[in-house]
Amino acid sequence: MSGVDYVSPTSIPDALKALQTDGARLMAGGTDLLVQMRGGRTKPKLIVDLKRIPGIADIREEDGGFVIGAAASGASIGEHEGLRSAWPGVVEAANLIGSTQVQGRASLGGNLCNASPAADSVPALIAAGAICVIAGPNGQREAPVETIQSEPGKTTLARDEVLVAFRLPMRPARSSDAYLRLIPRTEMDIAVVGADVSVTLDAAGKCTAARVSVGAVAPTALLVEAAGAALIGSSFDEDALTKLEAAVAAAAKPISDKRGTADYRTRVAAVLARRAALIARDRALGAKA
Amino acid sequence: MSRTVVRATVNGEPVEFLGGGGQSLLDALRDELRLTGSKEGCGTGDCGACSVIVDGRLVCACLMLAPEAEGKRIETIEGMADNGHLHPLQHQFLEHAALQCGFCTPGLLMASKALLDRNPDPTETEVRYWLAGNMCRCTGYDKVVRAVMDAAADLRQAEKTA
Repeated sequence: MSGVDYVSPTSIPDALKALQTDGARLMAGGTDLLVQMRGGRTKPKLIVDLKRIPGIADIREEDGGFVIGAAASGASIGEHEGLRSAWPGVVEAANLIGSTQVQGRASLGGNLCNASPAADSVPALIAAGAICVIAGPNGQREAPVETIQSEPGKTTLARDEVLVAFRLPMRPARSSDAYLRLIPRTEMDIAVVGADVSVTLDAAGKCTAARVSVGAVAPTALLVEAAGAALIGSSFDEDALTKLEAAVAAAAKPISDKRGTADYRTRVAAVLARRAALIARDRALGAKA
Repeated sequence: MSRTVVRATVNGEPVEFLGGGGQSLLDALRDELRLTGSKEGCGTGDCGACSVIVDGRLVCACLMLAPEAEGKRIETIEGMADNGHLHPLQHQFLEHAALQCGFCTPGLLMASKALLDRNPDPTETEVRYWLAGNMCRCTGYDKVVRAVMDAAADLRQAEKTA
């Protein structure tokens, strides 16, 4: 990894300026970038480390919701009581990335922009309705998380843009979320399938809002609107859950690889989405997770 | 490649070294500061042999760049024993023979210390999950887990009598 320069700007304008350099790459936690550099898959000339920008690794409450800095580590996300109680699915997805050591560095911004189809936190952020705050030469813009990944390893962000933070919306009463992933072991692996469901219930326990997202079953994480629609108005009865499973299976377009066949992944995506929906419902009703 | 002066605190001592932009913290520790206790196993953050504690957080030194260490407080295996007195974790690793070749041991000890620093009374399950990022190819993990549990009990006892 020789021939690389390093800068750590202390403001967004300085980061945007550094990004103009030929061969510049942004780094948050670095847990993907440094591995790719070591393997020779990417050869940046300049690493622009975002972590010295004030606030970029912070988690704060704003307008009743949360703002998670793009470079906030998985460990700090897992330690945030408010976030854990409002968005347990987002937190558990973020905390499934890598080992304790990786959690000390890995970030949601990096997980999204690395654009792996199997990124654990991405389905959770999509189901949560999270919005990206993106800085560019012409100012700031916002975009839903589901519009960022375009294909494996690629995003819709322009070369001169910086993902600064995620906004999680205010949570109505009786709302929660859950993320489940399948791996062949208990830790330290990449999702064969991941599924996240976020729901809001009314006082009678009927679903009034739902978003469903699955990962590792298409070139990007998918928002499955028909699966969310299957839950809305239901009391999570068998009919609604069967419709949700069918919608997820129809949306899934997985490949067959060493982690699993396309058929298997499609079936598992449906099952995980059903289970995640029921966990999210129980959490929304106040049951212990 | 430009090299910059990096100032950090390593095991309580201020240090200064020349760090290259693409150089890992692990390479800086080993090659610039001659602290060769942290090992390179995989170099890709999978094995945990290079585990160090940076500003209280357990990280793989191979997944951090040397210039990122500027102003940071770094703990490595070299700082674990206190003036020749082994840390209770080191003592229990010896008691339980929780190592064979020893290559993974510095990383396992630092990871275990990071756990006990924040959770003095972990369950066995918590120990196993916490150490999932530390690979050992000789002994298996049972003796390691038992050593950590006993060291935790030793530390709690020492805390009580202190």
